[in-house]
Amino acid sequence: MRIHHKIDLPGWMEYLLIPLLNLLLAFLLTSIVVFYAGENPFDVFASLFQGALGTVDGTGYTLYYATNFIFTGLAVAIAFHGGLFNIGGEGQAYIAGVGVLLACFWLDQFSWWVVLPAAMLSAAVFGGLWAFIPGWLQAKRGSHVVITTIMFNYLAAALINYLLVDVLIAPNQQSPQSQAIASDQHLPLLRDMLGFFGVESRFSPLNISFFLALFACFVFWLLVWKSKFGYELRVIEQGEKVAKYAGIPPARLVMTVMVISGIFASMVAINVIMGEQHRLIIEYTNGAGFVGIAVALMGRNHPVGIIAAAILFGALYQGGSELAFDFPGLSRDMIVVIQGLVVLFCGAMENIFKPSLARLVIYLRRQKGV
Amino acid sequence: MIETQQPAAIEFVHVSKRFGMVQANSDINLLIRQGSIHGIVGENGAGKSTLMNILYGYYQADSGDIKLLGKNVHIENSQQAIALGIGMVHQHFMLVEKFTVMENIILGSEKTWRNKTAMQNARSILDNLSQKYGMSINPEALIENLPVGLQQRVEILKALYRGAEILILDEPTSVLTPQEVQHFFSILRTLRDAGKTVVLITHKLHEIMAVTDHVTVMRQGKIIDTILTATTSKEQLAEMMVGRRLTTHWQRQKTHQPAPLLEVKKLSLFGPDKRPILDNINLTVNRGEILGVAGVSGNGQSQLLEVLSGMRSYHEGEILLGGRQLKKLLSRHRPTQSARQLLVSHIPEDRLGVGLVKNFKAWESGILGYHYKPPLSKAGFIKKKNSLNHFATIAQDYDVRPPNAFLKTSSFSGGNQQKLVIGRELEENPDLLLIGQPTRGVDVGAIEFIHRRLIELRDAGKALLLVSAELDEILTLADRIVVMFDGKIVGVLPRHQASETKIGLLMAGVVEEIRETLSEAGIDH
Amino acid sequence: MYEFFDLTLSVFASTIRLAIPLILAAMAGMMSERSGIVNVGLEGKMLMAAFAAAATAAVTNDAWVGLAAGIMVSVLLSLLHGVACITYNGNQVVSGMAINILAAGLAPTLANAWFNRGGQTPMLSADGRHTAIHLPGIETVGDIPVIGDVYRLLISGHNMLVYIAILTPFIVAWILYATRFGLRLRAAGENPHALDTAGVSVSSIRYRAQIGCGILCGIAGAYLATAQSAAFSQNMTAGRGYLALAALIFGRWRPKPTLLACFLFAFTDAVQIRLQGTVIPGIGIIPVQMIQALPYLLTILLLAGFIGKSEAPKAIGLPFVKDR
Repeated sequence: MRIHHKIDLPGWMEYLLIPLLNLLLAFLLTSIVVFYAGENPFDVFASLFQGALGTVDGTGYTLYYATNFIFTGLAVAIAFHGGLFNIGGEGQAYIAGVGVLLACFWLDQFSWWVVLPAAMLSAAVFGGLWAFIPGWLQAKRGSHVVITTIMFNYLAAALINYLLVDVLIAPNQQSPQSQAIASDQHLPLLRDMLGFFGVESRFSPLNISFFLALFACFVFWLLVWKSKFGYELRVIEQGEKVAKYAGIPPARLVMTVMVISGIFASMVAINVIMGEQHRLIIEYTNGAGFVGIAVALMGRNHPVGIIAAAILFGALYQGGSELAFDFPGLSRDMIVVIQGLVVLFCGAMENIFKPSLARLVIYLRRQKGV
Repeated sequence: MIETQQPAAIEFVHVSKRFGMVQANSDINLLIRQGSIHGIVGENGAGKSTLMNILYGYYQADSGDIKLLGKNVHIENSQQAIALGIGMVHQHFMLVEKFTVMENIILGSEKTWRNKTAMQNARSILDNLSQKYGMSINPEALIENLPVGLQQRVEILKALYRGAEILILDEPTSVLTPQEVQHFFSILRTLRDAGKTVVLITHKLHEIMAVTDHVTVMRQGKIIDTILTATTSKEQLAEMMVGRRLTTHWQRQKTHQPAPLLEVKKLSLFGPDKRPILDNINLTVNRGEILGVAGVSGNGQSQLLEVLSGMRSYHEGEILLGGRQLKKLLSRHRPTQSARQLLVSHIPEDRLGVGLVKNFKAWESGILGYHYKPPLSKAGFIKKKNSLNHFATIAQDYDVRPPNAFLKTSSFSGGNQQKLVIGRELEENPDLLLIGQPTRGVDVGAIEFIHRRLIELRDAGKALLLVSAELDEILTLADRIVVMFDGKIVGVLPRHQASETKIGLLMAGVVEEIRETLSEAGIDH
Repeated sequence: MYEFFDLTLSVFASTIRLAIPLILAAMAGMMSERSGIVNVGLEGKMLMAAFAAAATAAVTNDAWVGLAAGIMVSVLLSLLHGVACITYNGNQVVSGMAINILAAGLAPTLANAWFNRGGQTPMLSADGRHTAIHLPGIETVGDIPVIGDVYRLLISGHNMLVYIAILTPFIVAWILYATRFGLRLRAAGENPHALDTAGVSVSSIRYRAQIGCGILCGIAGAYLATAQSAAFSQNMTAGRGYLALAALIFGRWRPKPTLLACFLFAFTDAVQIRLQGTVIPGIGIIPVQMIQALPYLLTILLLAGFIGKSEAPKAIGLPFVKDR
């Protein structure tokens, strides 16, 4: 009978105003951290903004990072729709890197447009399998997917470190990284296309994976809200019993959605390995899986929101990478602080503003009614 | 009978409470006399519980005053209510199942920080109370091992231990057998005679008639009247409750030759601890008949429904549908889906948790379980337009209000949620209908509607299996009645031989003497 | 023979040292989860406490002041978790993850800003650390064969925090089962409505449980940075918070089995360290990464072989909302 349980807020409040207010709160608290770190918050945020969007290259990098975050955000979000919290995007993407690499090496005489579908498939198999096991454990053994996916992140790190140090390491190479893929297999960069239009960009690694990410968003939307699978997924979110009542096999669905989630995360490997680094480098995912949590929560598990949130975090990562040059006291870790606060406010404390907004809505409706 | 001139224990003066857009209590004036049993009746949502929760400090009134023994009091939380001598026994027991009786009794009133000392101190007080009111109990027993009747006893002792002079009981009999109810009433009378004030919230009119001194009728948040119980009748109270006359007896067509549709033979289901949940169940449901399954909740009825609908597998025995093995007819991964294709529909007990999806829009809930079927879905995609039409049909045929397909399912009232489930299932024109608690938490108008529909279905030659904790409902609707106790069927009675007493004894597991009377009556068990 | 005894002793000794943060964190988790609040944030709280303890100890040159700072920071994070889960009825798992991410960012950020050593704190001097204590009689008993070795290596020679940690499960068990607070805390985790209608504020009990959780996580963090090591370094908790959580689940949310589970995890870890670089007959050298993965693998196997749902506190993970 509580007020805010009964009232549905208007869409623009629920999906726009509340995330923005939460974001504002996160930035406010980060400013305090920046202040205690001995820097001026306004200067820092101005520099972040400049670094992220001030130049064509900066923007390119921002969108390049955003591509990763869209994939991991979709991965977290689709699991959320089934009531599962997949924290393993990091490990799934990491393992998928091996899949991409193997596809590239195997098809080494072909160029990128032949290799891309194969690499996507191979990444999906590797990353999907890495997500399937926790899904299976959850569905059949009741082991909580939060803990098992975290453990699988550690296992993925151990496994790939071993592969990179002992097996895949390039000859005459000191640091643990694999041989490079053939230059024919590099994904086309957007800067080359932009150059055609006369826009000058020299470094940005933004590549066609970005369009792949946008397409993935469309697939996500179809899957969750239009398909029978999505319908059943959203039934599962309420619990196992209602699923059984409706003729949906819960265990199967849990495993399926974990695999799909893993596949979304796996596409990070395409963007990074075929698009930028052109080899498998140790810890190449660089926390993208965890950023996905913040992106999904801030984007309200909706593709449009996820794109927006991913671009925001892309900007923060890009801006943050150059932060240390301007502000010796700060490092890129500061971005992780913002990320944590966004998860906190958009995820766990989403109810901060809701009751007062609900009261406002009721008040306004009553005014109208009278 | 008590004198009407007893002083007032509680007085509500112009009390109002509103939740969001809903006026739960409006301008309540009510006087409850000391040393009396005062009944409050009303439909679901009439505001009875809200009013009592205000008294117990759960909610704050928006306006108005509460007087205790003539003095204005302001009760902000249950702690204050307890201190003022108010005790409440909730419909869902407020006990920690993993704790002992003693731990539950002292919880919140330990008086010392060491549990051992606290329990030692409480022991003598508890013994005293048990003796005084005839409520003996083993203080060391774990709550989860106690039958519900004894759990309720713990709740009452808990309140008395805290020094309650006023005892509020919210729907206390819903988990008791008729015999337990009788015993429970005698405890209430003992309490009254010892000078305690008892407030009994219920929707069962015969209980009001049996035990209360005064009765207050509430409707739509308002008090209709407060009268001496001795001066009224069930019929009059019912009319006051609903605001119009109700049909309680249904015309039904005569059944022809019994033609079995569902046959259950030696069905058993075991729990994780290997104890039987369903124990050697035999039953038959004929076409053109309603088979009522009576019993106190938690004796296996829920599991029986789940097994028959395909939600759950079973361990022993067989189920025949139209003479064919049901197990072979069901698909392994989607058993309930294939059951629906065999025209078996299921209206589950927990409508909002199982029958519907809370967060879904009404049209999405309206296709639940049929969402795979053309024209509602094609080639793996849900067809929204067809689904919307489907919802519109259900809403019209089954009077779902408001008929808004885009409203969130949880925003509908209990009765309309139930009509949505029933409409969805009946729209498929099933041969066998499995129904659990069809009118729990549903307002009287909707109950009437639902009952009429079920009778119509029966008259159309369908087979219905009805599980209900409301004995009245079973007696009104069923052609034959089976009684479940502890996972077993302990009795089968045709309706004309069923009485509340007989069923009550069976529900309590008192089987032997009933068997005799049954065999005397020539009924084969 | 004697060599084997020596080896066993040293593995056991390192088992004890490695078990300490797990025990403290698992007991912290117990305080929180038995009150009905899921706590995935043990990792983050330990990490922040480790940083706070190391930073403070580095500045004040006093290990105990460092400990106090670690506890304080960890309690603050616990209260933050409380605000999200108790006051705002938020998703408890998400809140825990938020704290982990926040800590993973905040600790190195501040370390960088204040000490400028690439996310580390300065090395601590002896005063800034919790150093080994030698129990009385070590000179006389220490020379007796076998018993002396056991006394010297296993029982004596640890720092104060180790002894505190070993006592913790017993203290927590006593609080949970023998005191009024414990009774109410367990009630909050099993059926908060029962507690509420008995006139006790569920929020207040759960907040206090969070504080208890924070104190223990604080000690765990301080142990990592000022006793086991001599400085804070990035990601120094390395998943121990999650392992502690797994130990708690495997120990069925009960103090003694949980304690045993912690020792089991620590033992695998100790063996793991021993195995690194050793040649195993017939197999050769097992890659170090594979060995390091052992505790994580063990966790998965234990959780998979164990159905723990029925043992969990009944109301765990559910925000307490008064009306039903």
